[in-house]
Amino acid sequence: MLIPHPLLGPRDAQEFTYLGDAALLNRPDPASGTAAFCDYVYLRDNPAGTHRELWYHEYGDRSWLLVTRDTLSHEILDVRLAREVKTGGTA
Amino acid sequence: MTQTRLPGGLIDRNQPLSFTFNGRKLQGYQGDTLASALMANDIRLVARSFKYHRPRGIFSAGSEEPNALLTLGEGADADPNTRATVVPLREGLVARSQNHAGPLGWDLWSVNDLAAPFFAAGFYYKTFMWPRAFWEKLYEPAIRRAAGLGALSQLPDPETYDKGFLHCDLLVIGGGAAGLSAALTAGRAGANVILADEDLRLGGRLLAESDPLDDAPAADWVARAEAELRALPNVRVMPRTTVFGVYDHGVYGAVEQVSDLPGAALRQTLWRITAKRAVMATGATERHIPFRDNDRPGILLAGAMRAYANRWAVAPARGKVAIFTNNDDGHRTALDLQAKGVDLLGVIDSRTGARPFGDYPIFAGGRVTGTSGRRGLRAIRLAWNGREEELACAALGVSGGWNPNIQLASHHRGRPQWDAARLAFLAQGGPEGLIPAGAAAGEGSTHHALTSGHHAAADALRQLGLTTPAPALPRAEDRQGGAEAFWHVPGKGRAWVDFQNDVTVKDIKLAHQENMRSVEHLKRWTTLGMATDQGKTSNVTALAVMAELTGRSIPETGTTIFRPPYTPVSLSVLGGGDTGAHFRPTRLTPTHAWAKAQGALFVEAGQWMRAQYFPRPGETHWRQSVDREVLAVRAGVGLCDVTTLGKIDVQGADAGEFLNRIYANMMGTLAVGKVRYGLMLREDGFAYDDGTCARLGESHYVVTTTTSNAGLVLRTMEFARQCLWPDLDVTLISTTDAWAQIAVAGPNARRLLSRVVDGFDLSNETFPFMACAELTVAKGCPARLFRISFSGELAYEIAVPARYGQALMDRLMREGADLGVTPYGTEALSVLRIEKGHAAGAELNGQTTALMLGLGRMVSQKKDSIGAVMSRREGLAQDTRRLVGLQAVDPARPLPAGSHLFREGAARDTATDQGWITSACYSPHVGGHIALGFLEEGDTRLGEIVIAANPLQGTEAACRVVPAQFVDPEGGRLRD
Amino acid sequence: MRFSGFKVVKEALTGHRGWKPLWRDPAPQTHYDIIIVGGGGHGLATAYHLAATFGQARIAVLEKGWLGGGNIGRNTTIIRSNYLLPGNEPFYEFSMKLWESMEQALNFNAMVSQRGILNLCHTDAQRDAFRRRGNAMLLAGADAELLDRDGVRAMAPFLNFDNARFPIKGGLLQRRAGTARHDGVAWGYARAADQRGVDILQNCEVTGFRIENGTVKGVETSRGYIGAGKVGVAVAGSSGRVMQMAGMRLPIESHVLQAFVSEGLKPVIPGVITFGAGHFYVSQSDKGGLVFGGDIDGYNSYAQRGNLPVVEDVAEGGMALMPMIGRARLLRMWGGVMDMSMDGSPILDRTDVDGLFFNGGWCYGGFKATPASGYCFAHLLATGRPHETAAAYRLDRFARGHVIDEKGVGAQPNLH
Ligand SMILES: Cc1cc2nc3c(=O)[nH]c(=O)nc-3n(C[C@H](O)[C@H](O)[C@H](O)COP(=O)(O)OP(=O)(O)OC[C@H]3O[C@@H](n4cnc5c(N)ncnc54)[C@H](O)[C@@H]3O)c2cc1C
Repeated sequence: MLIPHPLLGPRDAQEFTYLGDAALLNRPDPASGTAAFCDYVYLRDNPAGTHRELWYHEYGDRSWLLVTRDTLSHEILDVRLAREVKTGGTA
Repeated sequence: MTQTRLPGGLIDRNQPLSFTFNGRKLQGYQGDTLASALMANDIRLVARSFKYHRPRGIFSAGSEEPNALLTLGEGADADPNTRATVVPLREGLVARSQNHAGPLGWDLWSVNDLAAPFFAAGFYYKTFMWPRAFWEKLYEPAIRRAAGLGALSQLPDPETYDKGFLHCDLLVIGGGAAGLSAALTAGRAGANVILADEDLRLGGRLLAESDPLDDAPAADWVARAEAELRALPNVRVMPRTTVFGVYDHGVYGAVEQVSDLPGAALRQTLWRITAKRAVMATGATERHIPFRDNDRPGILLAGAMRAYANRWAVAPARGKVAIFTNNDDGHRTALDLQAKGVDLLGVIDSRTGARPFGDYPIFAGGRVTGTSGRRGLRAIRLAWNGREEELACAALGVSGGWNPNIQLASHHRGRPQWDAARLAFLAQGGPEGLIPAGAAAGEGSTHHALTSGHHAAADALRQLGLTTPAPALPRAEDRQGGAEAFWHVPGKGRAWVDFQNDVTVKDIKLAHQENMRSVEHLKRWTTLGMATDQGKTSNVTALAVMAELTGRSIPETGTTIFRPPYTPVSLSVLGGGDTGAHFRPTRLTPTHAWAKAQGALFVEAGQWMRAQYFPRPGETHWRQSVDREVLAVRAGVGLCDVTTLGKIDVQGADAGEFLNRIYANMMGTLAVGKVRYGLMLREDGFAYDDGTCARLGESHYVVTTTTSNAGLVLRTMEFARQCLWPDLDVTLISTTDAWAQIAVAGPNARRLLSRVVDGFDLSNETFPFMACAELTVAKGCPARLFRISFSGELAYEIAVPARYGQALMDRLMREGADLGVTPYGTEALSVLRIEKGHAAGAELNGQTTALMLGLGRMVSQKKDSIGAVMSRREGLAQDTRRLVGLQAVDPARPLPAGSHLFREGAARDTATDQGWITSACYSPHVGGHIALGFLEEGDTRLGEIVIAANPLQGTEAACRVVPAQFVDPEGGRLRD
Repeated sequence: MRFSGFKVVKEALTGHRGWKPLWRDPAPQTHYDIIIVGGGGHGLATAYHLAATFGQARIAVLEKGWLGGGNIGRNTTIIRSNYLLPGNEPFYEFSMKLWESMEQALNFNAMVSQRGILNLCHTDAQRDAFRRRGNAMLLAGADAELLDRDGVRAMAPFLNFDNARFPIKGGLLQRRAGTARHDGVAWGYARAADQRGVDILQNCEVTGFRIENGTVKGVETSRGYIGAGKVGVAVAGSSGRVMQMAGMRLPIESHVLQAFVSEGLKPVIPGVITFGAGHFYVSQSDKGGLVFGGDIDGYNSYAQRGNLPVVEDVAEGGMALMPMIGRARLLRMWGGVMDMSMDGSPILDRTDVDGLFFNGGWCYGGFKATPASGYCFAHLLATGRPHETAAAYRLDRFARGHVIDEKGVGAQPNLH
C-alpha cells in the first residue's frame, strides 16, 4: 500500500504504524465515567467499506495521519494530518 | 545427437553444452532449455506423478508445466521441483528426476497405480480412523513417506539474494507481441517504462511461431524492438523477471533471476515495483482434452510441440506424430511440424466439419479414446467414422483451445467472466490500473496482439496525461481460432485433468456424486488445481466437466480465481538476504567497543546488544562474575551503560500539563532540578511503562522509558500530543541515541563522580537524592546528571553526548581505580534491582495494574491522565494480587521464575493457583535465592511460607513471603 | 452411510457407485427452533453438538457462500492448548480433548495429527514466561515440556543455531498439539450434523434480524425470511457486519491474516515450530507442503488478501530461523478476515437481544477452538447457561475489567 502523506507525498505503508478507528481522536471527558471510556477504548463500528483510521508515520516525520480508506478494496480516499483535523474541530 | 533434432530454430549450434540427467551425460546447445535438450536426446520419461507415480514426460514449453519437475544442482545448491521447461541449459548442469523409489523407469511406488481404485478422491477422509492411536503411529507416517515431490537439501542456501524498489509510469508484464507493442508505444511517448518477461528472451509466442512479421522472421522484428527499447533511457528491459503478484495501489512483486550459477554474486532479486499503470500482456496457456490414458510421456500440448519445433528445433519423439484438436490452432502445429520434416500421422479434429489446412490426413469428428506405451506413447486409439482403431504413434499434440493468462487480474479477488464466444475466462474487476492486452485479453492473433498492446499502452498513458503517436506496427497473421467446445472424451478408464495431482474425470464425477459440486469443494475434495502449476492447464477443463455433469452452464457452475504468486517463488528471495545475523538491525551502545575490550559477554536486549557481565580471569561460572559485580556495587562503586533506556525530551510551555496527562502521577508540580519516578498506564487502565521524569527547566523535561518500550512510549506520547491535546504547547523528540548514559552506583559513587565533574557541588545538601542538573564534566563536556538509583545504593546516572560515552567510561574507570570501580552488566543490574524490589519487564508485562505493583496510590485521583478512569473498573480495582518478595527457606534452593505459588498442602491445579514468580536470582546480599512475584493478598501475608511449584521441571521450593525490598527497606543508603 | 476401511475397499471394487452425497441441499423451512448463522467450523460444530450432544432438533445452519469457505478453509490448521491464563487454558484443553475423539464421533477422518508444537524462546525473559505458561498448562491438566537448547537441537537440528541474530535458548513443547485437516473438520461436522437432521442451507446470506420487543424472531436472508426460536451467530471475520444488523457494536476489529504454502517437498519438519524473535510459524502438511504464516497485516480489512511487506517479513523470519528452507518455493498465498477482539480472547455469550447469541472474536486462533466452541456454544444455546470452561468469555468483561489478555498489549487488536 501507498499512503499519500499530505506533506511528503506518497509513502510506502511500511513506513507507518497503524492504530485503528479515528474515533480514538474523541477521548471522552474524564468526568463522563467508565461507561463512556469503555465505548471509547473497546467498541468499534468496524465497517466493511469506508473507514476513518489513524496511521503514525513512525519511520518518517512522526506525524499522525487520519486516513479514509475502504476496507473492502483498500482504496485510500482521503488523508489529513490528525492534528489539523483536531484543531479544525472536524473530527 | 539423435534424429529428434530438426533444422533451424533459435539455438546456437556452435555452442554445444553438456549436462547430465540422472547421471547420464548428454548434449544440448546454447539456447536450449533443459526440456528441449532432454527432448533432443529423445528422453521422454522424466518424472513421476504425485499420487499414482505414473510415468510422465514434458507436457508444455513454459511455466505452466505440470509434469517435468526436476531437481537441479547438488548439495546445498540443490533446487527441487524445478520446471525443466523454464531452465536455460548451461554447461555442467546436473538434473535429477524425483519422487520415485528405485530407478525412474522402475519406480517401486508405481504399485500405487495398481491400487488406484482405492485412492479415489477424498478416500482418506473415510478411513484410517481405527484404532485411534494408529494415525500418528502407522497411517500418517506411511502417508508422509509418500508425500512431496522433490527434497530439500536440508542445508542453508549458500547463494546471495537482494531486494529493491522500482518506480515507473507503465509496467508492461510480458514481452510477447502485445507487450513489445505496448512498451514501444509507451517508450516512444517518453513514459517511464519497465518491461518484464519471465523468459530469457523477449518475444513470447513470436519465437514459437513460424509466421513472419512484415515478411521476415518474427525474431528479427523482436530483435529490432528490443534494441530500440534498450536504447531508450526511459525504458528498463527486464528479461527473466516474473511479476508474481499484484498488491495494493499499484505495487507489483517481481523476481529477477540474475544468475543460475552456483556462487554467483547474486542469484535473484526481489523487486517491489510501484507502477502508475500496468499492461498485462501475459499471453495464453493452451488447455488439453482429457481422454483415456492421456498422461503418457509423448503426449504434449500441441502449441508446445510447435514451440519445440520452431524455437528449439526439436521433435517430440522419433516416429509418427499426431495432433488431437478442437480448433484451428492444432492445425498450425501440424503444418509447422510438417514443414520441419516431421512424420505426421494426421490431425484428429473433434469438429465434424473440419478441413485440413494443408496436405495431411484429417480425421474430422474423430477423437482419441485411448493410448498405450508404458514409459512413453507407442500407439493411440482413434475413434472415427464409427470405427475404432489402434495406430502406432510416438507423440501426440493436444489442443483444447487457449486460456488467457489472467492470473494477475484475479489477485485482488476479481472474478473472471466466461466469454462464450471465445470459450475462455476473461479478466474482470481486476486490480485498478491493470489493463489486459493481447492473448491475455482473449485477442488470439498476432495482429490483434500488436494492436491491442498499443491501445492498452495508449489508454494507460492518456490516463496519465501523455499522448502517444500512432505506431508503425508490422504486418502480421490475423487468423481466428475457430474453437468448438469439446471438453473431454467420454468413456471408460482414467482420463487425467490435473496431471501432477492425478485428478481424473472420474474423480470429478465422484465429487459430483458426493455433492462436492461448488468449485471450491471440487478443488478441495479432489486436490485439483492445488499442484505447483495452480491448475493452469486443468482448472477450466475441470469446470467444464463439472458443468456438463450438473447440466448447468460454465458460468453457473463457477469461475476460477488464482492466488499469488503467478509462479512459485523461492523463500530465499522473499527473505531477500535479511536473514542470519542480518535478520534485524543490531544497535550497539556507545561503550560497546570498550566493553568488548574488557572481555564482556553480550546479550540481546531487543535490537540492542548489552554487556551481560564482565568475566575476570579465574571465574569459571557466570554466577561468580555476577556475584562479584553485585557485591562491588554494594560495597564500592560500579559502572553500567544504561544508554538503551529510552529518553524523550519534552519541551514547551505546557510540558508539565502534558506530562500530568501522560503519567498516572503528578508531574506538573515537579520542581526544576528534580526527578520523579513516573508510572504510565495504558488507556485501558493497566500499567504500561515506568521510568523517571526530570525537570531541567521551567519548560523542559527529560523522560526515560524502559529499553523495550522506548519507541512505543514515544508513539503514545505523539498520539496524545497530536491526536488528543493538540492545543497544548509541547514538542517531543527522542534522544535515546543522542546521549550516552552511565549509571554510577555504590557507596563510593559520589567520590568517583566528584573527580570528573567541573566544579559541581555533589554534596547531599545541594544535590540530594532525586536531584538533576545540567553541567559539564572532564573540562567542558556538556552533561546531564540525575541522582537516581535502581540498585538502592547511592547512585547517579550521568549522560554525555553519545560520542563521548566511551571516553567518559574510560575516565571513570581510571579515576575510580582506587575506589574499587567495577563495570557491571545486565545480570548484576537485574540482581540489584530484584534485591531492591524494583519492577521491570517481568512485572510490568502489560497484564498487571498499579495496584498489583503496590503503586496504587501513585494513580492520582486529583487529575485526569491516560488510563486513570479505566483503572477504576471493578476487575482492576478489586484485584487482590500483590507484588511480594519471596525468600527461599532453604537458601540454596532456586526459586525459578515462572513457578506458580501455592499454599502449603494445597492441591496443585488451576483453582488453587495463588500467583507466580516473576523474577528470581541468587542474592549475594541475602546469601540465598530470592524472588519477586505476585501473590493473592500478598500484602497481608508477610511471613507466611508458600510453595513455589514448577511441575514443568519437577521442582518445588518453600519460600517465605517478605517485603519486596531485600536491601535497605528504609532507603537510607540512597539518600545519604 | 458409515465410512470405514471396509466400505472404501468395497466401493473401490464396485466402481464407487455406492457413495452418497456428504450432505443434503434441503430447501429452507419457514421456521427453525435454532438457527446458526455461519457455516464455518464453529457454526457447523455448534449445530452438530446441538443435535448430537444436547438433543435439540429443527436446527439450521445458514451459510452465505459454500460451507467451509471462510476461515475454516483458510487457516494454517494448528491445534494446541498452550495458553497461559485461567480464563483460556481450561477451554482450549477441553477443545484438545474433543479433538482427540472427534473423528470417531463424526465418523470422518479429519487427520488430527498430534505431532507437537514447539515454541522457541530467545531470551531468558521469554524462557521465564514459558515456564510460567508451561506450568499453567500442567496445572490445567494439559501437557507441556520445557526444552533447553540441546533439547531443541535434538528435535529440530535444521534450525539456525550457528549464525542467528537471536540465538535459540530453548522451547516450550506441547506434544499433544499438532494440526488437523481444516476442510476435513468442516466437512466432518457438516456431514455428521446433516445425518442428525440439521439443515445446512448454503448460499443463504443473513441480511437482517427480525427483532420484536427485544426478542429475536427470525432472520432475513437472501433466500427469504426464516423464523427462529433462537439465533446463534458464528460468522468469524464478518462479526462486525452481522451484529451491526442487530444494532450492536462489538469489541472487535476485522483484520487480514495471510497464510502461505510451499510446493510439495519430502517431509523435513516434524511438527509445528514457532519463532520467538520474529513472525513465523511453520508445519509441513501430509502432502509435503510447508504451511506457514506470521503476523497479521495490521490494518482493518475485509479484503481477504494482504500485502507484500508482510510476505517479506514472514519469509525473513523463516529464513532467519531455518535457512534450509530457502530453496523451497512459495506456491500460494492468501488471506482470511480475522475477528480480532480487543483482548485477544473470544466471546461466547448471550446478547442484549433475547434469543440472540454471539460467538466470535477468535482472532487467528479459532481453528483449534472449533470442537469446544461448538460444544460450548451449543451448551449455551440449549441450556441458557455458559459451559464452565467458557464462562469467562463474556461480553461484559470489557466493561467490568475482567479482560483475558494473553499478550498483555491492551485494547489494540492488531497487537494481539
Ligand atoms: C490465514 C489464517 C490462518 C489461521 N491459522 C490458524 C491456526 O493455525 N490455528 C487456529 O487455531 N486458528 C487459525 N486461524 C483462525 C481460524 O481459522 C478462525 O478463528 C476460525 O476458523 C473461525 O471460525 P469459523 O471456522 O467458524 O469461521 P469461518 O470459517 O470464517 O466461518 C464463518 C462463516 O460465516 C459466514 N457468514 C458471514 N456472514 C454471513 C451472513 N451474513 N450470513 C450467513 N453466513 C455468513 C461466512 O461465509 C463463513 O463461512 C487462522 C485464520 C486465518 C485466516
